[in-house]
Amino acid sequence: MAPIARSLPALSAGFFFLILTVGAAVVSSGPADGFTINGRVRIPGAGAFGLPGKISDAKVTLNGGKRITFLRPDGYFSFHNISAGTHLIEVAAIGYFFSPVRVDVSARNPGKVQAALTENRRVLNELVLEPLREEQYYEIREPFSIMSLVKSPMGLMVGFMLIVVFLMPKLVENMDPEEMRRAQEEMRSQGVPSLSNLLPGAARSN
Amino acid sequence: MAAIGTRVLSVLLFLSLSNLASSLYEDQVGLMDWHQKYIGKVKHAVFHTQKAGRKRVVVSTEQNVIASLDLRHGDIYWRHVLGADDAIDGIDIALGKYVITLSSGGSILRAWNLPDGQLVWESILKGSNPSKIMLIVPTSFRVDRENLIFAFAGGCLHAVSSIDGEIIWRKDFAAKSLEVQQVIQAPAEETVRVLGYVESSQFHAYEINPRKGDEIKHVNVDFPGGLSADTVLVSDDVLVALDATRSVLLTILFQDGEINFRKTQILSLVDDSHGVVEILPCKLADMFALKTNKFLVLAKVMDGGVVELVEKIKEAAALSDAVSLSESQQAIALARHENQKLHIIIKPVHDWNIDLLKETIKIDNQRGLVHKVFINNYVRTDRSYGFRALIVMEDHSLLLIQQGEIVWCREDGLASVIDVTTSELPVEKDGVSVSKVEQSLFEWLKGHILKLKGTLMLASPEDVAAIQNMRLKSSEKSKMTRDHNGFRKLLIVLTGSGKVFALHTGDGRIVWSLLVQSLRKSEKCDYPTGLRIYPWQVPHHHAMDENPSVLVVGRCGPSDDAPGLLSFIDAYKGEELDSLVPIHSIVQVIPLPFTDSTEQRLHLLVDANQRAHLYPRSPKALTIFRSEISNIYWYSVEADNGIIRGHVSKGSCSHDEDEYCFDPKDLWSVVLPAESEKIVASETHKINEVVHTQAKAIADQDVMYKYISKNLLFLATTAPKGSGEIGSATPEESWLVVYLIDTITGRILHRMTHQGSQAPVHAVFSENWVVYHYFNLRAHRYEMSVVEIYDQSRADNKDVLKLVVGKHNLTSPVSLYSRPEVTAKSQSYFFTHSVKAITVTSTAKGITSKQLLIGTIGDQVLALDKRYLDPRRTVNPTQAEKEEGMIPLTDSLPIIPQSYVTHALKVEGLRGIVTVPAKLESTTLVFTYGVDLFFTRLAPSRTYDSLTEDFSYALLLITIAALIVAIFVTWIWSERKDLQEKWR
Repeated sequence: MAPIARSLPALSAGFFFLILTVGAAVVSSGPADGFTINGRVRIPGAGAFGLPGKISDAKVTLNGGKRITFLRPDGYFSFHNISAGTHLIEVAAIGYFFSPVRVDVSARNPGKVQAALTENRRVLNELVLEPLREEQYYEIREPFSIMSLVKSPMGLMVGFMLIVVFLMPKLVENMDPEEMRRAQEEMRSQGVPSLSNLLPGAARSN
Repeated sequence: MAAIGTRVLSVLLFLSLSNLASSLYEDQVGLMDWHQKYIGKVKHAVFHTQKAGRKRVVVSTEQNVIASLDLRHGDIYWRHVLGADDAIDGIDIALGKYVITLSSGGSILRAWNLPDGQLVWESILKGSNPSKIMLIVPTSFRVDRENLIFAFAGGCLHAVSSIDGEIIWRKDFAAKSLEVQQVIQAPAEETVRVLGYVESSQFHAYEINPRKGDEIKHVNVDFPGGLSADTVLVSDDVLVALDATRSVLLTILFQDGEINFRKTQILSLVDDSHGVVEILPCKLADMFALKTNKFLVLAKVMDGGVVELVEKIKEAAALSDAVSLSESQQAIALARHENQKLHIIIKPVHDWNIDLLKETIKIDNQRGLVHKVFINNYVRTDRSYGFRALIVMEDHSLLLIQQGEIVWCREDGLASVIDVTTSELPVEKDGVSVSKVEQSLFEWLKGHILKLKGTLMLASPEDVAAIQNMRLKSSEKSKMTRDHNGFRKLLIVLTGSGKVFALHTGDGRIVWSLLVQSLRKSEKCDYPTGLRIYPWQVPHHHAMDENPSVLVVGRCGPSDDAPGLLSFIDAYKGEELDSLVPIHSIVQVIPLPFTDSTEQRLHLLVDANQRAHLYPRSPKALTIFRSEISNIYWYSVEADNGIIRGHVSKGSCSHDEDEYCFDPKDLWSVVLPAESEKIVASETHKINEVVHTQAKAIADQDVMYKYISKNLLFLATTAPKGSGEIGSATPEESWLVVYLIDTITGRILHRMTHQGSQAPVHAVFSENWVVYHYFNLRAHRYEMSVVEIYDQSRADNKDVLKLVVGKHNLTSPVSLYSRPEVTAKSQSYFFTHSVKAITVTSTAKGITSKQLLIGTIGDQVLALDKRYLDPRRTVNPTQAEKEEGMIPLTDSLPIIPQSYVTHALKVEGLRGIVTVPAKLESTTLVFTYGVDLFFTRLAPSRTYDSLTEDFSYALLLITIAALIVAIFVTWIWSERKDLQEKWR
């Protein structure tokens, strides 16, 4: 579950709102030619954060790729010759997460539109989509700190060794000299090098 | 001490590695992955070189891409991939700053900003009838004009303002039943001319006021002989057409409101022409080009419509449109092949005997013939004319030729990858020199010290750059030999141009390329297309000396019953070893799990009559096949009729003598009711999938047995109304039914209905589960479902006592004919995006957990852990289930930006994802293709069996050194203490 936790900072950067406005939403031009969906994608502050996404690279897709259109400089887009019914609009822009939008085009009331975000079922009255998140595709490298070095395997190794070197003799000193001598004699009879005299714990773990 | 050290180290290493996420740091981009951008085969090109700044060429391609390319290096300034149905009909540059495109059968007119590719305006042109499509952007230098663009489409002429895309006027010619052939806007004149036929026997010419669209003049002439739709404009007032029999040329002159015409017999131009004559749609000033079955004929129209032969060209050649050098001078380029050389000749139109330029270029044989030439002129410093020629070759590559040299070349054939396979690289041979090793050792150390500096944040910016460069250019990853981890391989891709490329997985470079001769147009095979590519011979063990080879399967024509073709290609040398053209039709290729003595894999090719043909055609293969014939089953899905059939081989074909042909016998069939179910998707296991274990340990020390059968077919059907696009059906009238069918017996193991759901369905099948993606109309969201099947007959084998005594059925033979006791578990989740492709990671032994790779509508690839699609997920998992790693149930699948495999890149026009296992169990290689190519390495459970790329060896060395020093210090210390003790 670590990756989810990591995506939270991106979410909490909540001052970043993406707004999709379906402006003068549906304009009827006669049932023979179908309807037109006009909408707007607004990415406030795009580029200001040095983000990879650019408005010229954003794509708007209708009904899972049947039709693709692009954004004009002001963020407006339109789909023409749309049949009445329920449609799905998706916005793909690198660096941003957009919810797909459900758009109902009614044949009975031309000009009436109903739009809702499918992710959170929010109905768009003023047809504003928010707040969706900015997508951070890379892990952030944590800045260098002594702790991270200490925590690294090598740091732990050195730390462990230091403990053994400096604390073990203290422990040994606190031992009963009689017992100590006996243990040493035992060791000597086995021909263990003198180094291990100081490190009984290590010798045992070997 | 050292032993403890290593043990501690290894434990700690595992701990620290398990903390790493599978995602990427920004500075790791390009270490394991590569991304290549393409555009596809160029259809139209417009140069933009007038102004001083950047010189560029704007192109549109058959992959529906418009792109602006740097004329100096061939790099892409910007690019847009339009929708699949949005084919580009014409492009041009207006006002010197907008790129105008007419697309979707002439219904969408768009203007793009030339410097950055931003869409400026978009207009919808409404037409009534299908017609010729023309885009006319006046090349007027007069400022006072209204800057109108004329687009002819759908039988209507539209005048559109180039500034904001407003449609100024529209004139319907289809209503007058006029088949418009040409629209002319002569720069010198104030009128627009529309020329066309009525009922193929009357020629009409209209003159129209460009400002208002009203008719100024209308004249017509009868042609009793009839006219064909082949016309070309020779100049502003001369049209050349063919009559209905295509044997007479008509030069139609329309001057001063009068129409005159003149007939010329084609036979008088070319005396030995046979077959169909075509007029090439090249705009050659005062000239035109005819194509007969033998020649390319260039002819000139003289005063009064007299046609004069200029040149007959026998060899393959291509012509460019005319470019004007000055007011009175125009030039055209002719590219012709001669003995593997390409001649580019640029001639002025008024005098064909002069060559303005003649260049001979030695061109790679694998590029085939020239398909298109575009030329552009510039004035040299000595005031003479210089030319650059942009050439589109048969293999879809794009070359810029200037001053007799290829300035740059783009391999745009790679934009149309059809199928991919892989091949191992050769084994490393002995003979690496010692000096090289020493040098590389020194560099290795230096590199690691630099890396250490990087880790400790001591590196200067130059050092950082050096580190990054070193990582990217690691020679290790692009070696031409097999590596221990199996990361280095050859990706062998079959492209739409009939060219096969071998790409190195390390850096994506082209190792070899081959224009497959049998995939080129020939007399035996009219429209050859490649279908699939398979590994044919994978040598190992005893046949190690042989090179591996691949099999390319294709067919001569678009329909299923067109004759097939086979080609065998050496995977190391890139040479065609053998080819079979044409053979029986091919509808299905079944690689069999048998190989002959030379390690050639046996393949069964099924033709349109369901007869099976065995390859390789050798007696040895036949012996192997005959002994296994009773175990070979196959099935066919007739999507249009809603029938699935199972077949087995009955014996040799009765009708002919061919002993490699086998007649089918129908075993079973499943017929779906046509009025309620239409097949929309079918999916099976990958052939080479490896399953590690059948048992799945679940919570409470319990075991479930996966039902693993290679012969399962996933089938999805929808109501006929639900097979269309989203929005065309209501939830009540659409449903999705999924089946799991055993393809040996035809038994339906599982059937499930999703009410209110519809196509498109994308599915992936692996081990004992299938995951599929579809659209839920009720929620109006996409959904993904998982179905897992478990074997109940083995569920009793939990009792240890039984296992010990031997009363288990683990070793009892499994027959598919016995009714399997299976249970299926299923669960559905919402998924945000539309999906273009879906696949699953595959590893060498199948131990590593799996990830789904989902190609989304935004042309990104998302890695989703299979644990999210586990039908046993519950809202509140028990403690035991949590320990097992089960994720609490949520209604939708998470989209974690860091788990995009393609990180901040897009694989434009994504069509497919291929996964290949590496030798290292933790790792899988992922290749994604579309208009772009993307390759990366993934470790779904992290690299538990190797160190990561950024493992700091220097830090390790320093630690070891520190430890050794410490050992000596403590040793001396202890000696001294010993001594003191002894003195005491």
